[in-house]
Amino acid sequence: MSTRPGFEGYRRPDGRVGVRNHVLIVPTVVCSAVVTERIAAAVPNGVALPHLAGCGQLGPDMQMTHDTLAAYCRHPNVGAVLVVALGCEQVVAQMLAESARQAGKPSAIVSIQGEGGTPKAIAKGQAIAADLARGLERDTREWFGAEELILSLKCGGSDYTSGLAANPALGRVADRLNALGGATVLGEIAEIMGAEHLLAARATQPEVAGRLLRVIQRVESEAQALGLDIRGTQPSPGNIRGGLTTIEEKSLGATHKAGEESPLTDVVPYAARIARRGLTVMDTPGLDVESVTGMVGGGAQVVVFTTGLGTPTGNPIAPVIKITGNARTAQTMADNTDLDVSGILSHTETIDASADRLFAEILAVCSGKLTSAERLGHREFAIHRRNPTI
Amino acid sequence: MSAVIVITPRDNVATALEPLTTGRTIDAGGVAVTVRESIASGHKIALQRIPAGGAVVKYGSPIGTAIIDIEAGAHVHTHNVASGRGRGDLPARGAP
Repeated sequence: MSTRPGFEGYRRPDGRVGVRNHVLIVPTVVCSAVVTERIAAAVPNGVALPHLAGCGQLGPDMQMTHDTLAAYCRHPNVGAVLVVALGCEQVVAQMLAESARQAGKPSAIVSIQGEGGTPKAIAKGQAIAADLARGLERDTREWFGAEELILSLKCGGSDYTSGLAANPALGRVADRLNALGGATVLGEIAEIMGAEHLLAARATQPEVAGRLLRVIQRVESEAQALGLDIRGTQPSPGNIRGGLTTIEEKSLGATHKAGEESPLTDVVPYAARIARRGLTVMDTPGLDVESVTGMVGGGAQVVVFTTGLGTPTGNPIAPVIKITGNARTAQTMADNTDLDVSGILSHTETIDASADRLFAEILAVCSGKLTSAERLGHREFAIHRRNPTI
Repeated sequence: MSAVIVITPRDNVATALEPLTTGRTIDAGGVAVTVRESIASGHKIALQRIPAGGAVVKYGSPIGTAIIDIEAGAHVHTHNVASGRGRGDLPARGAP
């Protein structure tokens, strides 16, 4: 045991480190989603990945669905994978199972049409998943330095406290983790709009800054192509009630969670592998669940989610830690809150002291402590779609 | 604890940390400002007059443009500030 900051995790055959050891039950298509949920409910550490896609998709939209599911099959928080196919869909079960195998994970496939219907597919799937779960019982946690972590930085249900307390506290943690050699990922391109100059100035290469600005320009032009004011959704009605006036104001507050010093080292597509240390920006929408789904797909093992108004969002495979700087929310949404940093605004705690507590909480959660979202069974999952269903 | 927080010295608005009542004079980072209208906690108050077309500055960066003259002590929000970003409802920049 070292005095360096670290956690007890799972070493994976591909060299990555997990903080959970799930048996992942993946439906190739919406048609097999219910069967995956029935299988997962019967298996210790089993989690299903129900989604609404997998067929009726073309081109890049289909590719994004496939790539996101494959990324979850390879994810270090997953110990073993069972793919549940219908049998006639576009997403190919064998390719998902192969993604898991390439990462060194045991995997198997059950087909609903192949087994002859729902009850038989559930029975077969439960038997296979139980075997996979027994295989994982032998795995033990071992110590790793914090530099093995990819931390997803998220905010949602923001109010004026987010930019003043919770996001600056998370930003200090992000800077510390990156300085240790770890990695952080920031999504939600629309919520960088108005603060992009601050991130672009931290880019390690002009080319990285250029990619950031191009992604933001694309999202802004999408709102313009619709002929609509982005204020219809950004800031959200709740944000506006909470005192946030424009997307620029929201973005400047939101971007605090990415720290003040960490270098911007990469800009990646939705759910694409986060391969560089330091800060990566991922091209995700602002919708909380689609954003978290993408950042975890990119390899983040843990999410810190700051909130002003309170929100329940979790993830099927990654722990999501909720922190708030709003003293009232810490009380009214106590069941959904892991850490209260409202002392920053009442001047009873410094931002650095809040950051110390948050870093310690992240390491405890990575070593197995359950978050409120995990205790409450929040496993929201939604794959971003680029095009309408055909 | 101060009634408002001014985040950077460049800002021309402050954020209320408690409900502000009309007529009250508050200390905003060393500047005395008389509250012109009731302002909810979390909402913004102008620290100086911001003329129509002027930038509203918070976190040291512009967060939007005043669409009418905003007097010192006034509530600063969607009724008197417009965003310059993602405005597909406006004619394209540079268009006639």
